[in-house]
Amino acid sequence: MLNYTIHRILIMIPTLLMISLVTFTVIKLPPGDFLSNQIAELQSQGDKQALEKAEFLREQYGLDKPFIEQYATWVGIWPGARGYSGLIQGDWGWSFEYDLPVKDVVGDRLMLSFILNFTTILFTWAVAFPIGVYTAVRQYSWADHSLTFLGYVGLATPNFLFALVLMYFANVQFGLSIGGIMEPQYLGQSWSWDKALSVANHLWIPVIVIGTSGTAGMIRRLRANLLDELQKQYVVTAKAKGMPPLRRLIKYPLRMSLNPFIADIGNLLPSVISGSAIVAVVLSLQTSGPMLLDALQSQDQYLAGSFLMFLSLLAAIGMFISDLLLAALDPRIRLSGGVAK
Amino acid sequence: MSSIAGDGARLEHFVAPEPFAPYESEELSAEQERFYRASAWQVMWWKFKRHRVAVVAALILAIFYGSTLVSEVLAPYELHSRDSRHIFAPPQRVHFFHDGSFVGPFVYGYSMKLNMEALIREYTPDTSKVQPLRFFCQGDEYEFWDLFTASFHLVCPAQGGTAFLLGTDRLGRDLLSRIIYGTRVSLTIGLLGIVVSFLIGITLGGISGYFGGWIDNVIQRFIEMVRAFPELPLWMALSAALPVTWSPILIYFGITIILGLLDWPGLARAVRSKLLALREEDFATAAVLMGARPSRVIGRHLLPSFTSHLIASATLSVPGMILGETALSFLGIGLRPPVTSWGVLLNEAQNINVVALYPWLMLCVVPVFVTVLAFNFMGDGLRDAADPYK
Repeated sequence: MLNYTIHRILIMIPTLLMISLVTFTVIKLPPGDFLSNQIAELQSQGDKQALEKAEFLREQYGLDKPFIEQYATWVGIWPGARGYSGLIQGDWGWSFEYDLPVKDVVGDRLMLSFILNFTTILFTWAVAFPIGVYTAVRQYSWADHSLTFLGYVGLATPNFLFALVLMYFANVQFGLSIGGIMEPQYLGQSWSWDKALSVANHLWIPVIVIGTSGTAGMIRRLRANLLDELQKQYVVTAKAKGMPPLRRLIKYPLRMSLNPFIADIGNLLPSVISGSAIVAVVLSLQTSGPMLLDALQSQDQYLAGSFLMFLSLLAAIGMFISDLLLAALDPRIRLSGGVAK
Repeated sequence: MSSIAGDGARLEHFVAPEPFAPYESEELSAEQERFYRASAWQVMWWKFKRHRVAVVAALILAIFYGSTLVSEVLAPYELHSRDSRHIFAPPQRVHFFHDGSFVGPFVYGYSMKLNMEALIREYTPDTSKVQPLRFFCQGDEYEFWDLFTASFHLVCPAQGGTAFLLGTDRLGRDLLSRIIYGTRVSLTIGLLGIVVSFLIGITLGGISGYFGGWIDNVIQRFIEMVRAFPELPLWMALSAALPVTWSPILIYFGITIILGLLDWPGLARAVRSKLLALREEDFATAAVLMGARPSRVIGRHLLPSFTSHLIASATLSVPGMILGETALSFLGIGLRPPVTSWGVLLNEAQNINVVALYPWLMLCVVPVFVTVLAFNFMGDGLRDAADPYK
């Protein structure tokens, strides 16, 4: 297990490097950058002081340097104008639009994003597991048919449209406004019991909205896996020797079908993170999605980069954990040392 | 063999009078023979036909795709024609009977008054204005596929009347017509995206599966990395990077490429695992021994053995692309007007206040939903049919 863990961590390092390189390339893609746009504007206005500041920032962040040097400085493996100060050192850079360090702009948005995604995964599991097992055991019952159909609908409904429709009905039918992730007065406040409570109160709507499609997919896979197992001979043997049904189910087939269930986090996480980004825009949640969109549109590169990096990191770490869980569960993976699939 | 030997002479020599058919037990019924002689595609088609839901889904998609060929004729209005007197007009219902007598399909005209307190226009159906719909008629002029000008429509409003069956938007444009026009863009973007994704997926998956070894390892790590990326944020970043100066048509192609760029890993994996097995087959070895280059072995001998799987998996990934485009355009960083897609139309429904006042703007959700569902069902049917001998 230790071997496997080390192996897996070693694989993660190049992955993270590649992710950061792709992220940086992508945010650098648009021609020009925020500062040179700003500098051009300030020059035409003749605002000397602001111009100097912009030039200073430009130098500080090495925006005039070649691409690869900028990247290395951003990650923190190359000394920039301020020495080694990049992602590795915990410096996320400067948000040009807000004129603040990215860290201050972001505030607890990253934390909220994490909570949102984590809760969604938990929700997905909590819902998909019993339903998946039930529909497999009672195959072709009316409950199976209706749940399967619901699953299809959930799979086909794009979550941002679902959010939109839900918001409309909440607004028109109940006069509720369901946007936001907490009461406005807690925004920017430090964490307290009340704030956490307020977040918990608002969280369930985005969690359901984002979770439906993932849940539907997971139910289908769990059901299919379990159905395969239930037909196997050892189940027949267990039945023949008079094992009670529940124990017969839990003891072997369920354990076998759990394997893909956990491997699925790897598929689930990126889609949940994607989903939460756009649902957050629709429901105007104070998570990373809306701000990422703004930052992308205004070419606020370090801010956008930080969010992209954070979201990818979340997915990568999630996959890492799912691989470890899988290895703990399945000796074949652990012993062959290969990457779980 | 024509006699049954007994135990010695005591048994009489017996010859059965019936004609003898030595292969009787193996004879095929006509149906079985048809099955065994049919080509693989034929069998797949039979199997697909048995999946009722998938067939219905395929029909719906055929209608949708068919409509994109003649969107201009189907839409009662032109894409950009505005009616400044009917801004945010609610949908008009089609009636058949007026005052108890049959008139044929018609709509009641609007009577509009301004609500000065809420500052909105209030439309009510005016039952004195009976406006029968016209069929096969001359209406708004349009450029058919930018080729020639015409004005023939399937349905038009009455002369001087209106027919906003799904209401109008903030510029008084007919929503139904815009949805019909949007179908063209929304549906094709998924197909083009699939082409991009196929090219990358088959190439990388093919190389990885055929050569194996360290090449396979490198490509597999790369695939894992791409899969770890949350799609949408990266799509957002890429499409935000498309220069503002590009023409709408360039943006359209840009978006298709972006959508295809992240979708291929699943496909590459499928291709790889199939190739890993297939390259050990005799026919592959034979091809190699005859001196075929890897590209020929893969493309000519190996890939065709699982084309059906590829098609099924392509069908299942089209909806993801359609949704991706819709999401991007909805956020305002995808396609831009005047290009009209379902996502662009939904962009107007972004604001909850607008939606609460003019809920019909959300109707573009319906075609998106139907299409995605249809693609999923059809893909399921195809996937089951892809292994016809199972």
